[in-house]
Amino acid sequence: MATTHAEMSWVRRNRMTLTPLLFLAPGVLFFVIYVIIPILQSFNISLYQWDGLGEATFVGIGNYQELMTDRAFEVSLWNNVKWLALYLLAIPAGLFIALFLNQTIVGIRLYKSLFFFPFVISQVVVGLVFSWFYLPREGLLNAVLGVVGLGPINVLGDPTLATYGIIVAGLWPQTAYCMILYLTGLNAVDPEQIEAGRLDGAKGWRMLWHIILPQLKPATFIAFVVTIIGALRSFDLISVMTNGGPFGSTRVLSFYMFEKALSEYGFRMGYGSAIAVVLFLIMLLFIGYFLWSMYQDEKAARR
Amino acid sequence: MFLKVTKAVAALALTTGLVTPAMAELSGTLRIISDMSNPAPRAIMEGLAADFDAMHPDLSVELEVVDREAWKSQIRNALTANPPDVVNWYAANRMGPYVRAGLFEDISDMYTNGDLQGLDSVKGAMTMDGKQYGVPYTYYQWGIYYREDIFKELGLKEPATFDEEVANCAKIVESGRKCYAIGTKNYWTAGGWFDYMNMRTNGFDFHMKLATGEAKWTSDEVRATFANWRKLIDLGGFIDDHQSYSWQEGLPPFIAGEATAYLMGNFVVPHLRNAGLSDDQIDFYQFPKIADVPMGEDAPTDTFHIASNAQNKEAARAFLQFVTSPDVQSKINAADGLGQLPVNANATVGDDEFLKQGFDMLSNNATGGIAQFFDRDFPAEMAAIGMEGLQEFMVFPDNLDDILNRLESARQRIYK
Repeated sequence: MATTHAEMSWVRRNRMTLTPLLFLAPGVLFFVIYVIIPILQSFNISLYQWDGLGEATFVGIGNYQELMTDRAFEVSLWNNVKWLALYLLAIPAGLFIALFLNQTIVGIRLYKSLFFFPFVISQVVVGLVFSWFYLPREGLLNAVLGVVGLGPINVLGDPTLATYGIIVAGLWPQTAYCMILYLTGLNAVDPEQIEAGRLDGAKGWRMLWHIILPQLKPATFIAFVVTIIGALRSFDLISVMTNGGPFGSTRVLSFYMFEKALSEYGFRMGYGSAIAVVLFLIMLLFIGYFLWSMYQDEKAARR
Repeated sequence: MFLKVTKAVAALALTTGLVTPAMAELSGTLRIISDMSNPAPRAIMEGLAADFDAMHPDLSVELEVVDREAWKSQIRNALTANPPDVVNWYAANRMGPYVRAGLFEDISDMYTNGDLQGLDSVKGAMTMDGKQYGVPYTYYQWGIYYREDIFKELGLKEPATFDEEVANCAKIVESGRKCYAIGTKNYWTAGGWFDYMNMRTNGFDFHMKLATGEAKWTSDEVRATFANWRKLIDLGGFIDDHQSYSWQEGLPPFIAGEATAYLMGNFVVPHLRNAGLSDDQIDFYQFPKIADVPMGEDAPTDTFHIASNAQNKEAARAFLQFVTSPDVQSKINAADGLGQLPVNANATVGDDEFLKQGFDMLSNNATGGIAQFFDRDFPAEMAAIGMEGLQEFMVFPDNLDDILNRLESARQRIYK
């Protein structure tokens, strides 16, 4: 009787700690099994030469040394940088469309949904539509260019243009996503502050920069996070539009990893893992920054 | 996607009097995973499974058909975890990873004990390190499919030499057309061109040396191959923007008569016929002679293999024997079946203009040897890097030095 009482009271005494732990447990368990352990496994496999079937041979940092001299890897890395830089254009573009649509006129809901539409359809469809748009002979782009007297261009067939062509296709849905984030943010903008700003004579750009944007900071933060992660994950558009071509000029790290490890001519698991590790480290920089800044915000809020 | 064949259906499907192998009666279950997922091949495969099931009352045949492209990566899992008895795959170097990992059963004894008669000519493609690891069930020729009507209109004849080919092409370009349709967004289409240019310029043996890593990509022989190829590129022989088209998207210019020839496998023929071209409009010729070397040909072979960890190897062996027997070979490769060439020397070739020409070419005029195809003869990684370089060459021929240096350094790394 005494022991039961003691046990009960131990649970009772610690329930403030136990309850959240119990609620967290399933999530943590799956996170460890499906995220943390595979990351560690990738690190491990990247030190081996392995075709996924036979025996793995330990090669130390051999795969990474090969990466240093691999031109296809260099191209992929640069393309990732292009994606990161240009994809961020979705944020200002989304902001301006949101400001433009943030008014009350007849049918505004319809306009908003039309602008949001590209985000709803699948990336594969976006890729297909854009690859038809870019078609060298039949495409709409060349029809339009023809009208204004410019020569036909083969965007996806030209190694210097192809990556930009795909990024433009990616910006279409991404802009819509950022727009939605800002539209929600604009709903929360305090009308009293706008009123106060107006009394002080702020309008136009000054109003936007000093009054509206600071209040949209949470939306901007989320827009940054999703856009950066979106840029680093870019895979489906490339796969659908060029399949990495022409001659590998549109590959990014994630696509190159897939090609080396999992595609028809791939199955170099170690080398693919090494690429994945590099991509992970790049992502870790951003993720680390995001986590740190979220932590700072929470610390400030707790004060 | 399991097909549990019922005896009634099977009896109906059993139309021809098939040879029953002289073996102890088979029992249990025979599990087959096939990649024959396109409509016509699928019907053939289902027919094969049904017939075999009907021949052996105590045996039940379970057939699973998977998507042909997906199978290329699924086969790894399929062979390692709970493997089926029989699987589809490809001949030559493509078998390599599975043979080396011990996942394909060594069936050399079937070739030596007379179970597989009539397969001598195709045995080589199934051989690795002196042992055989499967049986072929179909193959098809490659060559130049051309617009007979346009050739007539321009007064051109099927060329026998490369000089004639170039002269023809010059006239075709002059008439405002292109000589060759191609879609190099599928890199292998450029691989086909390289196979032929190299086999004709340097011979089959050199081509195989290149495939096995014994010859250098920067050698004079390889440069001569590209120099010949470049003659056609500089003429403006290939359709524009081919790097943006898949091989099917390369078909419309050919069908519209804007390009007069297409270097392809025989599987292109149904596409041309379905698009409304009659047999008077299309014809076939062997890739013309360049240097004085015996002609080598590409004839990719599709195969059946037994998994090393199969449960019912006895039935699996009987099935392989059944599939390669002359009657079955004649039937499944007929013009209304797969429309390809039978692998058994005692089988009859389908009644079709292109099948007959292809069979004649491969039997009588492929004295150099029969290759599988660029991406089946070269190791996977070399093939991938190589075909990418070939596409680049076709678009920017001036980059050749850079491309060859890149391929050579890949060769030194891959074949070590």
